[in-house]
Amino acid sequence: MKKQKLVMIGNGMAGVRTIEELLKLDPELYDITIFGAEPHPNYNRILLSPVLAGEQTLEQIVLNDLDWYKSNGIHLHLGKTITKIDRKERTVIADDGTVESYDRLLLATGSLPFILPVPGNDLPGVIAYRDIKDTNEMIDVATRYKNAVVIGGGLLGLEAANGLALRGMSVTVVHLAEWLMERQLDKTAADLLQKSLEEKGLKFLLKTSTEAITPNAAGDRVSHIRFKGGLEIPADLVVMAAGIKPNTALAESAGLHCSRGIVVNDTLQTFDPRVYAVGECASHRGTAYGLVAPLFEQAKVCANHLAEYGIGRYEGSVTSTKLKVTGVDLFSAGNFMGGEGTEEITLADPIGGVYKKLVLKDDRLIGACMFGDTADSTWYFKLMRDEQSVAEIRDTLMFGESNIGDVGHQGHNKAAGMTDADEICGCNGVTKGTIVKAIREQGLFTLDEVKKCTKASSSCGSCTGLVEQVLMNVLGTDYSATPRKKSICGCSDLSHDEIRQAIRSGHLISQEQVRTELNWRTPNGCATCRPALNYYLISTWPHEAKDDPQSRFINERAHANIQKDGTYSVIPRMFGGLTTPAELRRIADVAEKYQVPTVKVTGGQRIDLLGIKKDDLPAVWKELDMPSGHAYGKSIRTVKTCVGDEHCRFGTQSSMKMGVELERMLFGMYAPHKVKLAVSGCPRNCAEAGIKDVGIIGVESGWELYIGGNGGIKTEVAEFLCKVKTDEEVREYSGAFLQLYREEAWYLDRTVHYLARVGMEYIKQKVVEDAESRKALYERLLFDLKDAPDPWKEFERAGVDIRQFKTIPIVEVGNV
Amino acid sequence: MSNTTQLDQWQKITTVDEIPVLGSRVIQAPAGQIAIFRNSEDEVFAVLDKCPHKGGPLSQGIVHGKSVTCPLHSWNIDLSTGCAVAPDEGCAKSFAVKVESSVVWLSREELQTTHG
Repeated sequence: MKKQKLVMIGNGMAGVRTIEELLKLDPELYDITIFGAEPHPNYNRILLSPVLAGEQTLEQIVLNDLDWYKSNGIHLHLGKTITKIDRKERTVIADDGTVESYDRLLLATGSLPFILPVPGNDLPGVIAYRDIKDTNEMIDVATRYKNAVVIGGGLLGLEAANGLALRGMSVTVVHLAEWLMERQLDKTAADLLQKSLEEKGLKFLLKTSTEAITPNAAGDRVSHIRFKGGLEIPADLVVMAAGIKPNTALAESAGLHCSRGIVVNDTLQTFDPRVYAVGECASHRGTAYGLVAPLFEQAKVCANHLAEYGIGRYEGSVTSTKLKVTGVDLFSAGNFMGGEGTEEITLADPIGGVYKKLVLKDDRLIGACMFGDTADSTWYFKLMRDEQSVAEIRDTLMFGESNIGDVGHQGHNKAAGMTDADEICGCNGVTKGTIVKAIREQGLFTLDEVKKCTKASSSCGSCTGLVEQVLMNVLGTDYSATPRKKSICGCSDLSHDEIRQAIRSGHLISQEQVRTELNWRTPNGCATCRPALNYYLISTWPHEAKDDPQSRFINERAHANIQKDGTYSVIPRMFGGLTTPAELRRIADVAEKYQVPTVKVTGGQRIDLLGIKKDDLPAVWKELDMPSGHAYGKSIRTVKTCVGDEHCRFGTQSSMKMGVELERMLFGMYAPHKVKLAVSGCPRNCAEAGIKDVGIIGVESGWELYIGGNGGIKTEVAEFLCKVKTDEEVREYSGAFLQLYREEAWYLDRTVHYLARVGMEYIKQKVVEDAESRKALYERLLFDLKDAPDPWKEFERAGVDIRQFKTIPIVEVGNV
Repeated sequence: MSNTTQLDQWQKITTVDEIPVLGSRVIQAPAGQIAIFRNSEDEVFAVLDKCPHKGGPLSQGIVHGKSVTCPLHSWNIDLSTGCAVAPDEGCAKSFAVKVESSVVWLSREELQTTHG
């Protein structure tokens, strides 16, 4: 079949990212042609500021070199501007006469600088700040002339001014509005910014509009600039940075509907469905975005549609701003000005140069503006994107997420204060310097890309906040925050929620069904989505969907815990941490017989046999003759107990009995992640119930239930759920909560993450207040766990493939 | 290749049915432990059971498409070459496999050559 022809006009970041996403989805679908007006391949426009400031070179900011175009079979026309689109004939025509026909056309024409309509605006020495050519000219002028004037005190203007000042020029910034960056900052923050830039030597003229630019005596170069009111100052260079406007002239001449940008729908199509537009030239729901993060989201959706998947939709973005001027910390996002129906929390220390403002509406953070201390900006931004309720943390919200980085990164919680040699990812030994280098040299924009290339934050994830801070510090505004809707993995664009929903509403009971119905890109998924899908299926349709052992991580397939040398650890279950002399004797016998190198008491009150060969596992299980401890699974682990009132002089309740009952009830329970419980017999809490998924504390009059605790990466104290009287109520309430978590949490979320997402009020409503809902949840849990097989004893029923325990020996190789 | 040399060159290992779909078996050979994989298309691959990253047992990973994900640190290894998928770098030795009427054969010579 003949390939369809895709032509792209524009060779910038949004357009080329769309092509990259498309090639990932379907490299064979189109014959691709790209026209670029500039003579360069796609480069990182964001990093022009560091280039101007002398912190990076032009070569370093190329994103796709010419080889990339070649190896992907893309016909590239550099230095050619398209002058006409003939939509009837479906052709485009370039200024040199080149004609190209298309089946689908992608407009990525970007934006044009806004040039003030004043006399002299076309004099040599008056330039915009938009591309490599402008940047080179500024670098050149700085070596020969003294006085620069930048028109526009926005993001771009200030970065230009800073760069020129660093190159030795005397720079004045002229700004029409009352304060700098008025679209990103409030006045207080802007005043602090101005003060700090003045300390760097920049001069400012606010509320000033330009009247004329005047030439030198010879008339061949700019010499002065004159403002309304009569003030005139010398200027050897005038940089117009007073804003950009979508470049729509070509689209308009082709009869495409434009209104402050080429108007596109949620699939990035213009009014002509064969023609798409992405990037700064496009206007989506009335907004033309000028930052990279939203443009990359657009690229993803557009590519999805071009590849004929048709499942992605672009629904707009929340954007944030960060100025890339070394030594100036500034951040703003969302609705930072507030207004009707909003509340503000502010902290101001004008002398210390710190200002923070948070804007709230209906218990949600909707805007933030910060100067001087932006360490928590990524956290605030995340709260905004997730639209998470902040009602419960409101009183400490202003002080930031001070507990990020509990362990694994030397207690650091502010990436900006770290040196290049400091370790950010303690799991994989990745330093800040390595991450910064990878972002710059490999052109990374997202957390996922950093994870892939450096491995930072790809293991336990506790340093994710720090990595996001580094991204933001290096890329400034254009750091692509993890999209609000996070897709499950590269095999699908759907989120965990959407997938769970589809499995439930469509009554899907096999992975093949899920992948077909939901248009999976891969034939059998990957190591990320398969375990999640398997869990979603068996938890949504228990006793109906069939468990697939090959979609489980090795530990759950071998029913033991893999160690770094490929041996396994075996932990038999001791309900409630109780054992018997006979069990201990069998454990000792097994340890000797199989020469177990390490025998260790675990934190969950049981015994771990480490270093067992895989082929020995079935025999070890048989000889232990104890139930599986499921210490290897995303499943119920242990119910830790204290001694309780049977022996302890302080005990008020029978905690051991309660613990054993709970652990028996939950036997074989798989969950989105591991689940740990504890039962203490009195408030002294010797079983450490405060850091468990469900913690139960006996008091004289009954039991207190706590949920969402965690003793791992980030210590989280469990929150009080309710108080109950009887043992049966303990089982019902904790069972109902666990079932809610099992039904609604995303795979690999612990209860603490689930709790943070849905909020305590929601859980109380479902589990405590609504008795019917609680009983239904509890019944569904018991139904699921009915006759749960012991994988160490009932191989067939538990779906354990015992062939895995038989290595095929090849004793003799040679001629037979 | 002719039928006479065939018997000399290839060693019978097992049958395809004995390898779980999207799973693996391990062979103990003089060359070391070798993982043999079967994917959803019933293709069979053989790779030294040692991830190029930190020596993890690839046989224990999750098999998808023509790749396996190492259980220790989630490197993806292309089963047809034994090499890590970008951006990771490194290769595990891959072995020639022949499947004839559901019988899996490996090269005698390769089975004998030892690898780190």
